[in-house]
Amino acid sequence: MTESEPRFAEYAAPERLVSTEWVAAHLDDPDVVVVESDEDVLLYEVGHIPGAVKVDWHTELNDPVMRDYLTPESFARLLGEKGIGRDTTVVFYGDKANWWATYALWVFALYGHDRTRIMDGGRDKWIAEGRELTREPSRRPAVDYPVVARDDRTLRAFRDDVLAHLGRPLVDVRSPEEYSGERTTAPAYPDEGALRAGHIPSAASVPWGRAVHEDGTFRSREELEAVYLDGAGLRDADDVIAYCRIGERSSHTWFVLTHLLGLPKVRNYDGSWTEWGSLVGVPIVVGSEPGEVPAR
Amino acid sequence: MTLTPALQRTVDDFQAVEERDRLQLLLEFADELPELPQRYADHPDLLERVAECQSPVYLFVEVDDAVHVHATAPAEAPTTRGFASILAQGLEGASRDEVLAVPADMPRLLGLDRVISPLRLRGMAGMLGRIQRQVRER
Repeated sequence: MTESEPRFAEYAAPERLVSTEWVAAHLDDPDVVVVESDEDVLLYEVGHIPGAVKVDWHTELNDPVMRDYLTPESFARLLGEKGIGRDTTVVFYGDKANWWATYALWVFALYGHDRTRIMDGGRDKWIAEGRELTREPSRRPAVDYPVVARDDRTLRAFRDDVLAHLGRPLVDVRSPEEYSGERTTAPAYPDEGALRAGHIPSAASVPWGRAVHEDGTFRSREELEAVYLDGAGLRDADDVIAYCRIGERSSHTWFVLTHLLGLPKVRNYDGSWTEWGSLVGVPIVVGSEPGEVPAR
Repeated sequence: MTLTPALQRTVDDFQAVEERDRLQLLLEFADELPELPQRYADHPDLLERVAECQSPVYLFVEVDDAVHVHATAPAEAPTTRGFASILAQGLEGASRDEVLAVPADMPRLLGLDRVISPLRLRGMAGMLGRIQRQVRER
């Protein structure tokens, strides 16, 4: 793979970001597959980067029956069909400042697919720069992708992990209204169902969008440090769990903390508020203060 | 509870094809969403925001001898545009009673449950509910 671009040198893992220019120059690179992941299931069909394949978070990365991600066999089949090999470099981009692109990247990471990048600025930046789009679906020759076990311990937290973690750093990346308990879903989003509103005790509130500029590109390392290390008190954090509503917005924050700021251990709690806010017997806090961890 | 003839044709079209192709059909509807008439484009205050939808979609219902639904949604929200277009086309020219007779779970009849997140289908149901309320109020 190539070296990282100088403009990203300030980040902990500069090779995790690529620019739109870089992508434009690598559209014919046989070792690179560009993947679009959006919130809107039809957006790829309206126009995408030439050669890019689509990965849909809802229909393709989730198990169709159980609330969980794909089995290792299904994941291998999905990637093989998309023409993505185990050694392929995958560049993700998408709508909403790469919100879903980072989610897809995090899911790929669970299966140990490590050669992954985010196109800084995402779909909107590509379009704003007047770059080429096509409606032609991309067809890549299928390849064999090995069946690899999913690692649910390193990057992923379950509810019991969160309970055991209380007292150590937690980041709630939802909107202030969701955090305080005024509502259970993001403003302008329909109700997705949680029986209680509020946040996990002691969680710091850092809405995910604070990590990006208006144009969807990531903020500078200095700005990110001010938000997360100083603002949310993560400077010496050696074990952080991030959560949101179903784990998508917190994937974005997971990406920032892990790859841009280089925190040693960050897990994403994908059960998030749709689970915690409906669990029987777990503590929650209402209001805009983090609140105390209950004595055990 | 019954569908308008136009909505029934749309439901039949969706049911006639495989799940994957239903998305393509929805995309065609998204492409066909008519522009707002100038009198509404100049008066965004007349439009009602559909809060149930994830994307900014606005609609306005006119009732004279028949019902006319006007809607607008951004190009980067094709799913929402598709739903708005299905309703605008499917209810165009229907009578008040015909519009009010459309069942609230009509979006589920399109057979998109497994290819579109449930949130989005609820967004479409929200649009339908607001259209029916506006008809009742006029």
